Amino acid sequence: MFLKHLRAPRTLALLLAAPAAALADYHVDILPPASPTAQDAYALHWGVMYVCIAIFIVVFAAMFWSIYKHRRSMGAKAAQFHENTTIEIIWTLVPLIVLVGMAWPATKTMLEMKDASGADMAIKVTAYQWRWEYDYQQEGLRYYSSLSTPRDQIEEREHKGAPKEEHYLLEVDNPVVVPVGKKVRLLITSNDVIHGWYVPQLGVNQYGIPGFVKDAWFSIEKPGIYRGQCSQICGKEHAYMPIVVEAVEADKYAAWVKQQKAKMPPPAATPTAVPQEAPAQGAAPAQQVAAAQQAGQPVAGGAPAAAAPAAGGAPAAGKADGKSTFDTTCTVCHGTGVAGAPKFGDKAAWAPRIAQGKEALYNSALKGKGAMPPKGGNAALSDDAVKAAVDYMAAAAK
Amino acid sequence: MSATHAHDHDHGHGHSTAHDHHGPPAGITRWLYTTNHKDIGTMYLWFSFFMFLTGGTMALLIRAELFKPGLQFLDPEFFNSLTTVHGLVMVFGAIMPAFVGFANWLIPMQVGAADMAFPRMNNWSFWLLIPAALLLMSSFFMPGGAAASGWTLYPPLIIQQGISVDMTILAIHILGASSIMGSINIITTILNMRAPGMTLMRMPMFVWTWLITAYLLIAVMPVLAGAVTMLLTDRHFGTSFFNAAGGGDPTMFLHIFWFFGHPEVYIMILPAFGIVSHIIPAFARKPLFGYASMVYATASIAILSFIVWGHHMFTVGMPAAGNLFFMYATILIAVPTGVKVFNWISTMWRGSMTFETPMLFAVGFICLFTIGGFSGLVLALAPVDITLHNTYYVVAHFHYVLVSGALFSIMGGIYFWLPKWTGHMYNEKLGKVHFWLSMIGFNVAFFPQHFLGLAGMPRRIPDYALQFAEWNAVSSIGAFIFGFSQLLFLYNIIECIRSGRTSTQKPWEGADSLEWTHLPTPVPYHTFETAPVIR
Repeated sequence: MFLKHLRAPRTLALLLAAPAAALADYHVDILPPASPTAQDAYALHWGVMYVCIAIFIVVFAAMFWSIYKHRRSMGAKAAQFHENTTIEIIWTLVPLIVLVGMAWPATKTMLEMKDASGADMAIKVTAYQWRWEYDYQQEGLRYYSSLSTPRDQIEEREHKGAPKEEHYLLEVDNPVVVPVGKKVRLLITSNDVIHGWYVPQLGVNQYGIPGFVKDAWFSIEKPGIYRGQCSQICGKEHAYMPIVVEAVEADKYAAWVKQQKAKMPPPAATPTAVPQEAPAQGAAPAQQVAAAQQAGQPVAGGAPAAAAPAAGGAPAAGKADGKSTFDTTCTVCHGTGVAGAPKFGDKAAWAPRIAQGKEALYNSALKGKGAMPPKGGNAALSDDAVKAAVDYMAAAAK
Repeated sequence: MSATHAHDHDHGHGHSTAHDHHGPPAGITRWLYTTNHKDIGTMYLWFSFFMFLTGGTMALLIRAELFKPGLQFLDPEFFNSLTTVHGLVMVFGAIMPAFVGFANWLIPMQVGAADMAFPRMNNWSFWLLIPAALLLMSSFFMPGGAAASGWTLYPPLIIQQGISVDMTILAIHILGASSIMGSINIITTILNMRAPGMTLMRMPMFVWTWLITAYLLIAVMPVLAGAVTMLLTDRHFGTSFFNAAGGGDPTMFLHIFWFFGHPEVYIMILPAFGIVSHIIPAFARKPLFGYASMVYATASIAILSFIVWGHHMFTVGMPAAGNLFFMYATILIAVPTGVKVFNWISTMWRGSMTFETPMLFAVGFICLFTIGGFSGLVLALAPVDITLHNTYYVVAHFHYVLVSGALFSIMGGIYFWLPKWTGHMYNEKLGKVHFWLSMIGFNVAFFPQHFLGLAGMPRRIPDYALQFAEWNAVSSIGAFIFGFSQLLFLYNIIECIRSGRTSTQKPWEGADSLEWTHLPTPVPYHTFETAPVIR
């Protein structure tokens, strides 16, 4: 911002004899916002900055004038006043009023940021050490997104690195593609440690917290590519898990969905259970999406969720019971396979366990095993409910 | 408590603290067994200087790696360890012990007491620091390296790491015990050992700020101890405080940590306010403006500090009402903080100022701390914070309040009281060079980090995208200027102790607290055997 103003007089630019392109790399501003909340935050930031700069100039003009004028070498004699109730009250109240003036627009923007209702689509974002997984709730797409910068551009400790390209460290193999003009709701969680899904231009910076689903939203007006990174330290590759969001027109988006679907692995290998009902905090609208899904919207891989337990042969009552127990309790670990838990639908992981027989499985589930607490930590469950959930999971992995 | 010692006020040269040769025993036992508040204060200050240089070296390694994009020197995991331990060392090893050192030296003298209330506990509080520092530093040599989760120690990341984390937790426990003992000592001394006539509202500002700080410490250090103990049991004893799979919640750690962490920020700045409130009137030759409002402002800041922790957590996904509450509480802090800045400037107004090194640091403090305050105000607004959370803007913000805030006040305070403590004047010219190099180096290092943060560069990364390269290079150059100029400071202190010219009793014309008006320079080993009467 400041440099922009500095650059305006051409003579100055000539005097500096610095190419504008080089100067442009000395960014001094927030990147251009691309989503309504980012736009509001941007305006708020500059509003507050101008107020701060104005106060700073007034206050420090007074101080430096005093430093110049009231110094002993200028012959100043020290006055001995040391209080003045009127002025002290004034400089307590005036800042208070200024602060209320700042809090008002900030409150409006905050409420807007937290209001993910009426979203056109939802993407579940799961963070891993060190990549992202995107799960398109309506389209039934699910894929990983990892850094695509070659290692030889990064590594310079033993030999000279390869030349770094334009989007060094901010490029991925599979970007998030979204249609322009749609309100996109993100359901953000993590598989291991806390990460942060951060794309500055979209005004989204939300921790992914293992075991919890948090939400955020954005809506992009102009087609384009927006880049960000993990914002919360998450281990040694923290610097190497970027985010790329590509906003495209509706028709291009439809084509992309079609193309991605063709690339998806066959249904059997991509189980459908999504830990949708992991304890979601502060997310009343999250239940809407979950409910929409249960109401039979297409889910990933095209394998209808109801098909799996049908193969199990458990009593009909147990089926529903098993699924709901799974969805509320077991999925926290078995949904994604944390802490060594066999993942839902993962045949290889379940086979040796199923081979031990149903009773052994029931026993582990009821009494706990390894990192798993008895009844998955939910002591309120009846033994039958736990057994039904085991049946449900075992059936899904056969 | 010191009546059995001889009091001889004849001071020799050539000793590191120029204390009485006849009072304390000679050799190492003097320092091991000492119960003298001045000796203990000296040890605290040297300890913190040593830790400051250690933490500074880590910072320079970090800045060397960040000089340009790509990995040139450091393994990313080691880089993460450096950022983590740099933070822990600077907070718990450098800034806090330095202020405790000041408290030990000054509080008994400023309230007219003979020593601290619990001299033996005082000795113990200091000597606990050594094993804690050794544990923290030696964790670098453990398998897997030192803790690498950032100084905030968030689980589950911290749960993944090795034995070094357990060592760090133990070190934090020990440091916490030391701080709590120090605080009990300070509160007891201030409340019970004031000289006749030294009413609470006559106490020097430094004493007031430390009284409030000590209460903050007692309130929050046990909270931190609880948080890290839960980490320990989650790691080794099968609990699930912070593990969702067992019914816990990682977010709970963030709440507990920051319930400690935010008052901690004020623990590191309130004594700085106290020091600056001594330096400014001394060099303006004019009493502190608005003494009473200074006391009330300090107390308000301390109270507010308990209800603002959530502003570190705007991105964890609290409900809107939570974010709004913490935003309102946080911006309220700007009011008492503003009162303080206005008071300091009014103290300067129509004074008769001179600008020796302590005054330069104090004025530098006011300017730069205010910049840190403004960036704090920007970050307090939750929507803006969400845009800037965990970026370099935050790094710039807290270095403005902790380096050019807390650290500048410590440096100014050292120059200010060094003549009183040692009986010698420091080299004024060298002091001014040190100030200007620090001022320039600091701003070159940290001001561009605001720009990096605005452009979206996350903190705690060893490698970054190309658009961040220019400001990072500038920042690294500034950091090296700042870092190496501290060697001048060290040289100036040693030179002053060894061979500075003799100081008068009151080298600063406007200084008016008891240590200047009632005690000879250098101060004798034992002071105020008979309490002075304050009118």
